Amino acid sequence: MALYSDKVMDHFQNPRNVGKIDDADGVGEVGNAKCGDIMRMYIKVEDGIIADCKFNTFGCGSAIATSSMATELIKGKSVEEALQLSNKAVVEALDGLPPAKIHCSVLAEQAVRAAVKDYYDKNGIEYNAEEFQICDCEHCH
Amino acid sequence: MFVYADNAATTSVSKTALDAMLPFLTENYGNPSSLYSFAQKATEALAEARATVAKYINAEPKEIYFTSGGSEADNQAIISAAKLGARKGKKHLISTKFEHHAVLHTLKALEKDGYEVTLLDVHEDGVVRLEDVKAAVREDTCLVSVMFANNEIGTVQPIKEIGAFCREKGIPFHTDAVQVGGHMPIDVVDMNIDMLALSGHKFHAPKGVGVLYVKKTLPVFSLIEGGAQERGKRAGTENMAGIVALAAALKESCDNMEANNAKIIPMRDKLIAELSKIPHSRVNGSIEHRVPGTVNMCFEGIEGESLLLWLDAKGICASSGSACTSGSLDPSHVLLSLGLPHEVAHGSLRLSIGEYNTMEEIDHIIATVPQVVEYLRNMSPVWDALEKGERPHLI
Repeated sequence: MALYSDKVMDHFQNPRNVGKIDDADGVGEVGNAKCGDIMRMYIKVEDGIIADCKFNTFGCGSAIATSSMATELIKGKSVEEALQLSNKAVVEALDGLPPAKIHCSVLAEQAVRAAVKDYYDKNGIEYNAEEFQICDCEHCH
Repeated sequence: MFVYADNAATTSVSKTALDAMLPFLTENYGNPSSLYSFAQKATEALAEARATVAKYINAEPKEIYFTSGGSEADNQAIISAAKLGARKGKKHLISTKFEHHAVLHTLKALEKDGYEVTLLDVHEDGVVRLEDVKAAVREDTCLVSVMFANNEIGTVQPIKEIGAFCREKGIPFHTDAVQVGGHMPIDVVDMNIDMLALSGHKFHAPKGVGVLYVKKTLPVFSLIEGGAQERGKRAGTENMAGIVALAAALKESCDNMEANNAKIIPMRDKLIAELSKIPHSRVNGSIEHRVPGTVNMCFEGIEGESLLLWLDAKGICASSGSACTSGSLDPSHVLLSLGLPHEVAHGSLRLSIGEYNTMEEIDHIIATVPQVVEYLRNMSPVWDALEKGERPHLI
């Protein structure tokens, strides 16, 4: 059996929404280079909707695929809906990930939250800080 | 184009090895321990294989034990030395930080049994220093184990010098020569080697067969009980097809070594020269003290697994020491032992070539790797930060 599903390989080899948004409304970066994964997510918000979303990722095949899938899943959704994105939803949309790679999907979820938090901060929108705990798992140390 | 550039992981079975082994899977299926004349073909072939292996490392046939592979041979050598040491009240073992896990994990297990282990630094160039061995030796040292050449970065160690020192001190000296057998000359007498491990599939024999050499004056303790095979030191009916193939492959590799290396070394050097042109890259380990076929490089700002997946998509089989290919969170212990920062070690690539590779294949690698590195860098936030000066370049 191959390491990754066809969906993962498709998103790895043809990643959607790669790049930067120069005038992004929110930018979130999670992970660290020491542990081998960094994701940076850019969002452009129009009328409370994520009108555009792009990413840059340093990491393995699943880190790139989960970033790509996460951008697909939140694009066109409201900011609140984007915040509901779970790592599980990313994994399911990719037809699964090997157990050792689940943390990549957690990073993708966290990258979206970090970008939204940045958007809230920049626009003076209040939020419950407890909902924006950035991943503190063993993978990030 | 399909390019197999992972010969340090395993090699294809040569036609010579295949031809040698097939009769032992078909008509000559006798058990070499059986008495009747039909089985004598196997008995004779076993003796002949042992003599061949002995000849090519300058040992005596009775110093050769066939095993299931390099890992078993390493385990048995270390455990034998440890048991012998314990009998004399010596329970200190010396090895290096970048050994194969067949050595490191065996040492770890011995630590739990009350042994003490010193792992030597391998310096920035991936070469152990004799002075470090000398400084680490104690009254109760019962083994020095230094790999002949490292499997990930290909650096060759000063085996003869370390062996001479150990001989002078009366300390058994073991070397994991899995990356060297069939690729560089081995002479256990000249190089003062007491114990040595080889693995058949690294030189075109099949997987599942290896060699343990132990100098006749040293005792060998068996790991597997249950029969008198291998002079009582390794029970279990012999893997006849594997053993005759290993001997045939070792003979073929050694007889052609000079010609093979005359072909492999220029290909390796071209890889090093051309891939070094990629900005912010580095070759890991000494260029000078190096096996003929292995190149290990790091490319800053990218991660090794995604590099390997892209190379695979372009038909190139290679490997990496990145965490993501090992299933652990840390990058390779070998690259970290060179003092490389984690973030640099994550972006590593090992290319290991053999005599079956061609210059056209090398050119394909040289054309492909820079493209993939550039592509991955363009989507890497780490590379972005490096280029903007927000993060200092480390290489």
